[in-house]
Amino acid sequence: MKQVEILVVGGGPAGLCAAINAAQAGAKVLILERDEKLGGQLIKQTHMFFGSEKQHASVRGIDIARILLDRIHELENIEILVNATVLAIYDDGVVNGEIDGKYVKIKPQKIIVSTGASEKTLAFPNNDLPGIYGAGAVQTLMNVYGVKPGNSVLMLGAGNIGLIVSYQLMQAGVKVKAILDAAPKIGGYLVHASKVRRMGVPIYTGYTVKEAHGNDSLERVTIVELDENWNQVDGTEMDFDVDVLCISVGLSPLGELLWQAGCEMKYVGQLGGFVPVRTEMLETTVEGIFIAGDVCGVEEATSAMVEGYLAGLAAAESLGYEMENLEERRKDYLNQLESLRSGHMGDSIRLGLDKVTVRSEVVKT
Amino acid sequence: MVRIDKHPVLEFKRGKKIRFTFDGKELEGYEGESIAAALHAAGIKVLTHSHELKRPRGFYCAIGNCGQCIMEVNGVSNVRTCIEPLKEGMAVKTQEGKGGIL
Repeated sequence: MKQVEILVVGGGPAGLCAAINAAQAGAKVLILERDEKLGGQLIKQTHMFFGSEKQHASVRGIDIARILLDRIHELENIEILVNATVLAIYDDGVVNGEIDGKYVKIKPQKIIVSTGASEKTLAFPNNDLPGIYGAGAVQTLMNVYGVKPGNSVLMLGAGNIGLIVSYQLMQAGVKVKAILDAAPKIGGYLVHASKVRRMGVPIYTGYTVKEAHGNDSLERVTIVELDENWNQVDGTEMDFDVDVLCISVGLSPLGELLWQAGCEMKYVGQLGGFVPVRTEMLETTVEGIFIAGDVCGVEEATSAMVEGYLAGLAAAESLGYEMENLEERRKDYLNQLESLRSGHMGDSIRLGLDKVTVRSEVVKT
Repeated sequence: MVRIDKHPVLEFKRGKKIRFTFDGKELEGYEGESIAAALHAAGIKVLTHSHELKRPRGFYCAIGNCGQCIMEVNGVSNVRTCIEPLKEGMAVKTQEGKGGIL
């Protein structure tokens, strides 16, 4: 059985930052990533990030991934295994994984779960036709592998992801016929919405998909207007001949391992689904299991990175590693999170977090 | 063209061009890209069929989570082709039923 001090499950923005801080404190860290590449969703983001300088604002996601990976590779006490899927966390703390087709047992002293989130789908007839993809899948195909998802796209969801991916599709030379969203207002930032509108893409708010059509793959999508009670209005249907329907209706945290480990979970709509109860330092109700990133609640990659740094510190500290300016650094991370969640865009996140965060009196920001 | 050649931000560093088969048919792809991406570039979108009604399915998440891309690769069933890197000479097949357990 493989022994390790800190196991990080998932090598996206949160997991990488957690590993960096824990390793810098002196801990031996193992990162397991089920994809063949580290970086999670960052390696698909061609747009520049918001936030502040500390979260690499005005740097493209792909470049942030490079910066983090350079730091990871500089640290000798980080071991990385890709094509490695964690399958189970048992009562006795043994973690089971499939690594390159082999079954492996690991005994970590602390675990940081940064498994991220998975895209939701929407119920409508024929929603399982090939050609209907989650927005993240479309990003992977075109931005990681350089393969166009199709010729023309209808985007469902006018939140930030829907808007950004629409823009990225046009960058890749794919026609975006329209963006629709069931909500009466555009959910994403105005700056992203204006960008796609300027490029001639109409945004239909108060519309949803009525039905998808096609034999072996998508050929056409019918959309329909919704009234104030979210009922479909007959006679308002519109048809779009598209071979791709991109679905961007939110994400739900991938908390399966936490359920299995016995962490207390709560359903919090504002955070995307079931999320673990945690302290401000991101420890779950199971001692020694920490969390960071979208698995704590769906937010932005910026907050995922800060959470990662915070969880990395906490896990290393719980192993007895001493760090300089620990309290100061902690306060800084907590302040960064507070500022990322400020303003009306962060209202529902703050509300959601209040329901699952056990506040400690030790740290005051 | 299904492959993106010019992009304002990204540069695609593809691996070497290799051959693989899909249900016996010879196809080309690039080493290291996901099997599902190579198939998509070759115009193949149907990767699985639902168990009951045999409805055609393609990948949905591309992060190894939804399970709609599982295929038989070199005789091993239930391989998540959206995260499995393509290698020279791979035999990729549409999977019948739930596949075998190793």
